[in-house]
Amino acid sequence: MAGKESTADFASLKAKVLGKSGKEYWRSIEEYVDAPEFEEFVKREYPAHAEEWDSSLNRRNFLKVMGASLAFAGLTGCVVQPTERIIPYVNQPEDLIPGKPMFFATSMTLGGSSVGILAKSNEGRPTKIEGNPEHPGSLGATDVLTQASLLNLYDPDRSQEIRFRGTSKTWLEFVTKVRGIVEDTGATGGAGVRFLTETIISPTLIDQFKRLLAELPNAKWYQYDPVNNDNVFGGTKLAFGAPHNVVYKLEEADRILSIDADIFSGFNVRYMKDFAKKRKYHSDEKKDISRLYAIESTAGLTGAKADHRIGVKPSEILEIVKAIAVAVGVAGVTSSYKGNEKWIAEMAKDLVENKGRSVVMIGDNHGAQTQALVHAINEALEANGKTVVYTDPFVANADVPQMEQLRELIKEIDGGQVKALVILGGNPVYNTPADLKLDRKRLEKVQLRMHLGEHYDETAELCQWHVHAKHYLEGWTDTRAFDGTSAIAQPLIAPLYQGKSIHEVVQLFFKENYEQKDVDIVQTFWKGQSFDIEGATTFEDKWRKSVHDGFIPGTASAAKAPAVNKEFIAGIGTSSVKAGDLEFSILPDPSVYDGRFTNNGWLQEVPKPLSKTTWENVAYISPKTAARLGFNQSDRDPEELAGGGQGTSFINTMGGNLLSDGVKIKINGLEIGKDVPIWIQPGQPDDVITLFMGYGRARAGRVGTGLGYNAFDVRTSSNPYFGIISDIKAGGEKMTVASTQTHFNIQGREKQILQVFDLAAFNEDPTLGKQTDYYDLTMYPTEEYQKMYSENYKWGMAIDLNSCVGCNACVIACQSENNIPVVGKEQIEKSREMHWMRIDAYYGGDAESPSGPHFQPMLCQQCEQAPCEPVCPVHATVHSAEGLNDMVYNRCVGTRYCSNNCPYKVRRFNFMLYQDWDTPQYKLMRNPEVTVRSRGVMEKCTYCTQRISFARIEAEKQGRKVRDGEVVTACQSVCPTDAIVFGDLNDKESQVAKHKADKRNFTVLYDLNTQPRTTYLAGLKNQNKNMPDYVVPKKKEKKAQEGGH
Amino acid sequence: MQELKEVQSKLRPAMVEGEHSLASVTDKISDVTLKKTTPFGWFVGFGIAFIVSQLLLFSVVYLVYKGIGIWGNNQPVGWAFDIINFVWWIGIGHAGTLISAILLLLNQKWRTSINRFAEAMTLFAVACAGLYPLLHTGRPWLAYWLFPYPNTMGMWPQFRSPLMWDVFAVSTYATVSLLFWYVGLIPDLATLRDKAKHKGFRFVYGLFSWGWRGSARHWHRYEITYLLLAGLSTPLVLSVHSIVSFDFSVAQLPGWHATIFPPYFVAGAIFAGFAMVLILCIPLRHWYNMKDFITDQHLIYMGKIMLATGLIVCYGYAMEAFFGWYSASIYEFFMIKNRMWEGPYWWSYWALIFCNGLSIQLLWFKRFRESEFWLFTISVVVSVGMWLERFVIIVTSLHRDFLPSSWAMYSPTVFDWSMFIGTIGFFFTLIFLFVRFLPIISIFEVRTLLPDAQVEGGHHDDHSHDGGEKKAE
Repeated sequence: MAGKESTADFASLKAKVLGKSGKEYWRSIEEYVDAPEFEEFVKREYPAHAEEWDSSLNRRNFLKVMGASLAFAGLTGCVVQPTERIIPYVNQPEDLIPGKPMFFATSMTLGGSSVGILAKSNEGRPTKIEGNPEHPGSLGATDVLTQASLLNLYDPDRSQEIRFRGTSKTWLEFVTKVRGIVEDTGATGGAGVRFLTETIISPTLIDQFKRLLAELPNAKWYQYDPVNNDNVFGGTKLAFGAPHNVVYKLEEADRILSIDADIFSGFNVRYMKDFAKKRKYHSDEKKDISRLYAIESTAGLTGAKADHRIGVKPSEILEIVKAIAVAVGVAGVTSSYKGNEKWIAEMAKDLVENKGRSVVMIGDNHGAQTQALVHAINEALEANGKTVVYTDPFVANADVPQMEQLRELIKEIDGGQVKALVILGGNPVYNTPADLKLDRKRLEKVQLRMHLGEHYDETAELCQWHVHAKHYLEGWTDTRAFDGTSAIAQPLIAPLYQGKSIHEVVQLFFKENYEQKDVDIVQTFWKGQSFDIEGATTFEDKWRKSVHDGFIPGTASAAKAPAVNKEFIAGIGTSSVKAGDLEFSILPDPSVYDGRFTNNGWLQEVPKPLSKTTWENVAYISPKTAARLGFNQSDRDPEELAGGGQGTSFINTMGGNLLSDGVKIKINGLEIGKDVPIWIQPGQPDDVITLFMGYGRARAGRVGTGLGYNAFDVRTSSNPYFGIISDIKAGGEKMTVASTQTHFNIQGREKQILQVFDLAAFNEDPTLGKQTDYYDLTMYPTEEYQKMYSENYKWGMAIDLNSCVGCNACVIACQSENNIPVVGKEQIEKSREMHWMRIDAYYGGDAESPSGPHFQPMLCQQCEQAPCEPVCPVHATVHSAEGLNDMVYNRCVGTRYCSNNCPYKVRRFNFMLYQDWDTPQYKLMRNPEVTVRSRGVMEKCTYCTQRISFARIEAEKQGRKVRDGEVVTACQSVCPTDAIVFGDLNDKESQVAKHKADKRNFTVLYDLNTQPRTTYLAGLKNQNKNMPDYVVPKKKEKKAQEGGH
Repeated sequence: MQELKEVQSKLRPAMVEGEHSLASVTDKISDVTLKKTTPFGWFVGFGIAFIVSQLLLFSVVYLVYKGIGIWGNNQPVGWAFDIINFVWWIGIGHAGTLISAILLLLNQKWRTSINRFAEAMTLFAVACAGLYPLLHTGRPWLAYWLFPYPNTMGMWPQFRSPLMWDVFAVSTYATVSLLFWYVGLIPDLATLRDKAKHKGFRFVYGLFSWGWRGSARHWHRYEITYLLLAGLSTPLVLSVHSIVSFDFSVAQLPGWHATIFPPYFVAGAIFAGFAMVLILCIPLRHWYNMKDFITDQHLIYMGKIMLATGLIVCYGYAMEAFFGWYSASIYEFFMIKNRMWEGPYWWSYWALIFCNGLSIQLLWFKRFRESEFWLFTISVVVSVGMWLERFVIIVTSLHRDFLPSSWAMYSPTVFDWSMFIGTIGFFFTLIFLFVRFLPIISIFEVRTLLPDAQVEGGHHDDHSHDGGEKKAE
């Protein structure tokens, strides 16, 4: 074996290693032998020792290395270095100051678009994700999935090695295998080779595939994502003759109708940003806000926020869209829709009256005809080109729906035409529709199966070869934002497990130049592109600038406003669904999406925005339908469970919800494998049961395996989103659902807790929510404190409830920033969640037509007269000179008295050792600025005190005060609607002071006189007086109803 | 004269029945301790109590190992069984000092035959109670930070916190109770020393009786000390439970924040304490044939005190409800509604009213006061009721407070129960040991009740505390 060839190999290897480090001498033997190439070389040379080989160098291995007759040039002393390497920077990297974080721009891709981010790096470890304020898809915000993607990087369950039939292999062996295929099939032009990827938007990757398929004309490339753009492209194709990307311009829209388009749950935070801009209100400045109508087939965040909302069955949507089309004057449409006539008519009238400033949005889950009709409606509303624009799609092969691509692949597999299937990313074994399932039987017809993925998941298990993929923070790629803006995504850290990127794997299939690093592949592609960046002339400058900025300006796709070709209208049929049928809707889960985040503890534990359930998926059902079918009808008196009396009866079902009925659901002969916990969700349309994807995973990891039911069991290619339930019956077993909020009734405490007003009524009388000021009624020496605060900083926060949409991004941002542990389902059931920040939800209205829920981010209110402080026996929670309520973990003995005395219940106690102290990956992830708390200690929101300190130090170094906007809390920076404002209240010009000057400003539980630094701005409903569901606003109460003692 | 005696016996019934001389009293009481054979029943009782007390050991070890997450406490119910049991035990520990100190100062002679074991009960109950504040902390190994000791951290505890006051109140109470009990024991220990046949016993009792010879000087000092200690403990009876009640009333939680708490808690504690004294002394007087010393009259008196304190407690319940409405605070009124009929724990409130409010009404009637069976039953019911009272105050107030979003339910786990039952086992273990090794009734004090004791002194009870009255052996 060790003949000429290996010597040659070694020579090239040596050249490579030396070439890489760029030095004549090795600094240590590890540098040499730890190189992955060397490891592979030894494995190949000494297969018998392959298993024993460990990259950590012990004495045995060292001798083995010596015995391999290696030319240890440059090695003078044979002292083995300790395996644990603590090496200070010999040459400190430019700009890096140890202890000071750096931020690098990159992008995260999900489905068909990407969001630009700034990743915080502490000594080379990414520890927090922030939005890139300059990136058009982010504008500084991110959604909940992006925030939590950091945990995916450090997930200890990630696949850590290349495997062949489950056993460890080397990259070189994999390369050899792939080269074998290339050589074998080269002659036939890649016949029988099939690539299956997720939705691909990377320009480099699209180019790679284009060139590859030119080289291998008989190979084919398919894309499949369970949540995809098929309908968007289908609808635009129908309306405009070619698939287009639809880009809404909500910053231009005064009237918005959302038809199942849940913009507040989406990955694209830009829509939330734009919507919120139009929603901003100040009692002294801006008194007009946009109006949002929502038609929903599943209770969602958009409906909760909408000024007017109706819930309908999915099958009714097409008919309703027709009715709207008729109402706004789209020629050629007829409608026979009965029901909600007045609602639709008045709403349409409002849209028409605001022509050019109104827009209709349609959810991606509705069919092409519905989509096309909405484009026609937008054209009639003169929205086209103003509030909605169309661009060329940047997704590869937008012409062919992904479902058809998958169908084609399955056909070929069944026909035995596929010899090698290369699955690059995704988990098709889990998430393909039931009728096109890529199951074991089908896969075994394929001779050779390869899988690239971050986890050794269901798909990896059924493939002979598995390559562990890089996390997006580990590799180079390029992406497109929702509007087409290109960005180059750079790695933040060397791959933790030497993973491989999709670029690198695809490159292997080329005849030449097959072994390339992703950075070279991406760079080579962009060298060939002509793009201009201001102030940059050479490619090197352009590259540096675009990588540094996180996007390439001016690369957004050209906005077009094509005319709608109305021919399709004649072809629109009617919905075949009969009244009375029980329908289903399948949606991606708000927390774990389509299942790719199932093993993410943060996302498992973050309460779903509406139901506040955790750790599994439930099935939404309306209160009426549940009563009809007899689900979750608690034996116990509902009044008693709800706290009774005031408020609405639907909340009373919550007692039944927590111990919910497990039901068996059958759809078209398919059955969900596990019992489905039913959840009575106010606002859910009658006779619609909503199922969520992403759960029921068989091989997700230690966190996610086995949680919930699998909605893909009943999802079919013909009915991917909607359809009729053939059979539903209680399975017998009661299932415990872990919900962080069990009581959604505000108990008549609106004035004290959460104020929401009608816009017109509030403009007329801005004192509607005025609370009595008890500020001076205190026995403590307030003047002294106030004097101290006025000489110092006086931090405060204002949360605009009119902007908050309840998306949860702040909850995860807080968790990531402050090293908050995950506690697990059992602990949630015991009501011991650790989130420092929670989003409270309260419903208004009555059982028949609930409004809301209204959301209220709740975190430590930083009371000036904090009830928690005087009761602590050991001074573990004390007041700072800046007026904040500080928690001293080291001093805390854990009496929990502070929590008992906290009226906001925002303190969190480590009942057990919740923090994972052992897993090495998590150690890398944690924010070094924040203490990792142990068992028996109380903790709570600190207003991100580490960020305040950072700004204060910087300011002191420069001999100035901290500027407004210099301290940005984690929740504030992530918020897509800018609902949270933080700053110094002593500075009258600060944003937070201005917010607090708004007449909507109110204090939660003002009657306790705790004098919180956090206050809220009342929510507003911009109601249309002519709508049938218009709620006449309450006039100011004559008799002041006050609490207090 | 005969008539006068009848009237006298009605007003001041004899507290020692049967034909007893000074010697027979000594023999009878000290025999329990010095007899060679321990009754089989004692071994059975002690065995059971000891085994049950192992539950406590197990629970505590697991608790320290794992954290208080093994209990059912949560957000928002930060305190539950831990503090319920603490207050319950402390309450039980109240009767002892009350009997010893206040009744002594008030010259209630009948206290003499029950004060010894009431005091012992106090100590043991306080020992059980003291476990909880220590172990309910998240990091019990740091609980000493609650004590004001000079330290390198330069930190004092926070004196504004009621938990801090608790530390002082409970530790002072435990210390004074122990002293009081021990000082009262010294003459009897000397008696046992003199009567003991076994050398070992003689040595131990001799050690602890500090060379008591019963000289007039000894008696003089003893009397002064005892009176001083009684004076010291009297305010403690009121202060301890007042301060325990501050744990709640200082907080602003509806259901806790009430000015009536201190007197209401003190009355409740005495109520619970007497119930426990009855629970202990009714079987004891049977098993050890002490009916002569713990007479029916004792039981009747204790029944009356239970009735009186129980009625004060009921007044407390009524005022809580009244102020819930009268305060016009929406939170207070909701708390009362939630506690009484709207909340999921309504049953606990009504069970409490039954146990503490209704059951004691039977004590208005002589028939029930005189019946050992009924007194015992009512005492058990009252003990349960007093536990429920703390459950209602702590859990139902915490589980639904200001923001409905954070409302949650509480349910105890197996470890909540095992620790509680374990402390009961521990308590009875100590009681059994006490019964076996120490005189359960104060020998020398009972002797002062005998007619023989009146020979040298005046005939009026008012002078019964003149030092000269007591006779050395």
